[in-house]
Amino acid sequence: MNALALVSQLGGVVLAVALAPLLAGWVAQCRAWLQSRSAPSLLLPYRTLRKLFRKDAALATQASPLFRAAPYAVFGAMATAAAIIPSVTTDLPLARVADAIALVGLFATARVFIALAAMDIGTVFGSMGARREMMIGFLAEPALLMVLFNAFLMFGSTALPTIVKGTLDADGLTLHPSLAFAGVAFVMVLLAENARIPIDNPGTHLEVTMIHESMVLEYSARHLALIEWASWLKLFNYACIGFTLFVPWGIAPRTAGPLGLLLAIVWLLAKLAVAGAVLAVIETVSAKLRIFRAPEFLSMAFLLAVLGLLVHLLLQS
Amino acid sequence: MNPMWPDFLDTECVPLPSNVAACRVQVDAARWCEAADAMREAGADLLSLWGSDDRDRDQCLRVHAAYLLRDRVVVVEHAMPADRPIYPSLATRFPAAGRLQRATYDLLGIRADAGDMRPWLRHGGWPEGVFPLRRDVAATQTWPVTSSPYPFIPVSGDGVHEMTAGPVHAGTIEPGRFQLAVVGEKVLRLEVRLGYTHKGIAKRFEAMAQCDAHRLAAHICGDSTVAFSWAYCAALEAITASTPSPRALVLRGLALERERIANHLGDLGGLANDVGFAFGQTQFSSLKEQLLRHNAELFGQRYLFDFVVPGGVASDLPARALPGMLDEIAALERAVGDLRGIYARHEGLQDRFLGAGRLTPAQAAALGAIGLAGRASGVARDLRVDQPWSPYDQSSPALATSTEGDVAARVQVRFEETLESLRLCRQWLQALPAGERVCEVPVAPAGQLGIGLIEGWRGPVMLALETGPAGGIRRCRAHDPSWQNWPLLEVAILGNIVADFPLINKSFNLSYSGHDG
Repeated sequence: MNALALVSQLGGVVLAVALAPLLAGWVAQCRAWLQSRSAPSLLLPYRTLRKLFRKDAALATQASPLFRAAPYAVFGAMATAAAIIPSVTTDLPLARVADAIALVGLFATARVFIALAAMDIGTVFGSMGARREMMIGFLAEPALLMVLFNAFLMFGSTALPTIVKGTLDADGLTLHPSLAFAGVAFVMVLLAENARIPIDNPGTHLEVTMIHESMVLEYSARHLALIEWASWLKLFNYACIGFTLFVPWGIAPRTAGPLGLLLAIVWLLAKLAVAGAVLAVIETVSAKLRIFRAPEFLSMAFLLAVLGLLVHLLLQS
Repeated sequence: MNPMWPDFLDTECVPLPSNVAACRVQVDAARWCEAADAMREAGADLLSLWGSDDRDRDQCLRVHAAYLLRDRVVVVEHAMPADRPIYPSLATRFPAAGRLQRATYDLLGIRADAGDMRPWLRHGGWPEGVFPLRRDVAATQTWPVTSSPYPFIPVSGDGVHEMTAGPVHAGTIEPGRFQLAVVGEKVLRLEVRLGYTHKGIAKRFEAMAQCDAHRLAAHICGDSTVAFSWAYCAALEAITASTPSPRALVLRGLALERERIANHLGDLGGLANDVGFAFGQTQFSSLKEQLLRHNAELFGQRYLFDFVVPGGVASDLPARALPGMLDEIAALERAVGDLRGIYARHEGLQDRFLGAGRLTPAQAAALGAIGLAGRASGVARDLRVDQPWSPYDQSSPALATSTEGDVAARVQVRFEETLESLRLCRQWLQALPAGERVCEVPVAPAGQLGIGLIEGWRGPVMLALETGPAGGIRRCRAHDPSWQNWPLLEVAILGNIVADFPLINKSFNLSYSGHDG
């Protein structure tokens, strides 16, 4: 491991943590434009964080230490996940320790913490949100794994940098029909996992319809800031997983120098801008599904990912 | 006439001053029940139920029930001795009477002999045994707040959870408490508690002058301000036999229809927003906002408070404003038509609307649904059509109805009514009659009862005005149709999932402030 690798490893995490609010701001801005509203500032999420960190936290009297620890655990899990996703470079020493299956495990850990914290204070909306979140999670995780299996099967590895390298090293542009299925499935999982329309509505004020929001209703100040930041980071991570699997071009190879890394960051920003705009379009044209349609939606994602696997196997033989 | 119809309802009925055909009849307890049975049999709606303290006049407390027949309003009055103010309950015949009777007890100490005895409007703001609307209680008197837990009807069983939403909600909306019993996501039972915004408007009326109280009426319910102020003015004008000019009446009609359009636009957007389709919300919000800004330019008020005044309207419409208004109508018709197409073709939206919160025509008829929610469930009644008052008697509005009774039906009725209101506005603007802006309204003699009945956007708004001495007001009962329609929500939600509750609630969009008084 050389010094540059260490820098790029640390830098990748810092970059993800720093850029995640910007992506959230960009999506909100695109949504506003598409709905012919005047858009909030791109920097609004940063201002929200500053505001929340300055406030004094109020805690429910029944809150246990778990409730206070959960925001740190969730944020930590998301930051760790950012460390093993090759968003800028494939030269990630940590990615060799943890593969993409561990990544799914990290997301699951965060989910368990936030659901436990939601039930900890015993309010009706927290428990309801936790219940719904676990339902979504238990359907979304297998679908995400199936999507990842598509890539694993193609490159014979569960490590994301290897998958990126495999695509970049391939001669010319090869079309993988299996990835088309996996791509659609991945977008569906991304929407469900990040509390976006059509599964959840991040902008709603209706407490009985919420999923993610109802779990964090009792949080305030720095705890809420960390939770919000972690959920933006989750969206950022998901976008980057999508890039590694489907559009890895622009990610710097192991041999790249500092200039190559800078170029890779520019590529990343461009891809995030497009992905954010596409997400905003999807959210604008669709309505939220009735909650019991969510299983159908996620089963469809699972089915598509399995179809991708089948297509791959058929074309191989 | 059906055989159940008792003679006294015809022979002893005294005509009442009103903008629609109305009469009143004094009855004893037996006839009170007989009248209710006859009204139920004749398919009448219970329009309102209220009490009055007449101990200063004849040692009696009175309960009044206003029924809406197809061709007239009948006010049935039952006097009780002050020491035993108990009357037969109407709740088994008209379910909407239950809460009205509880509210009447809270305010006046007149009790129904059966049914639910829990307080309704009294949330501890005044002690039990004190009845603030009685004449011997000063309007300025205050009491320490003593709140006691409200006994909700308990629901138990395997896997049943009780869930409380409100009275303070996550958004900026009015307070109401919704006690939901759920199994998983499915709603087993809903019980609504209201009364959080009780302001004592009835008491305040008694301290106001006849010529001034239309302003208080306009502020009872901010989204129905024209309906309430018109109902007040209609009652006062009927008592004093003064008739506003045709022009003033048409201008009032324009204001009422603009109020209807603004509310329907807001609701159509809000319903889309509640299913996460923010595009619909922003489009309709922008249309509503433009309409409100035009209101401010044309009538001097965004929400048309104080536009309807006794004898006419507060401001005339200049001739130069007419072309702009006609253009506005054409533009709105186009935009609403386009958006209706988008709503109809949007699969995700229709999937949420169709079948959600269904209130069947049978349920609606049994519960006495009125107004917009009733029309979406097959209760094809609209005062503008059935008992048109001027200027509606000249313009023959069309009735918008559905028998589906779900959220989609209430959306459909809103779309149709919006387009019909636009048509009415155009028709009036193209032939705006001449006339004085306002006519003289003399001071009414004391002790006269008048009824104002206006079809607001939610349903019939009724106002019963009894004049006092020296241009004052003895008693004024302003009734919002939400009283009848809140109980519908508790039925429409059954079997739906709890996440659909806000959508179903929004599709009724009932008033808290108008109901609580």
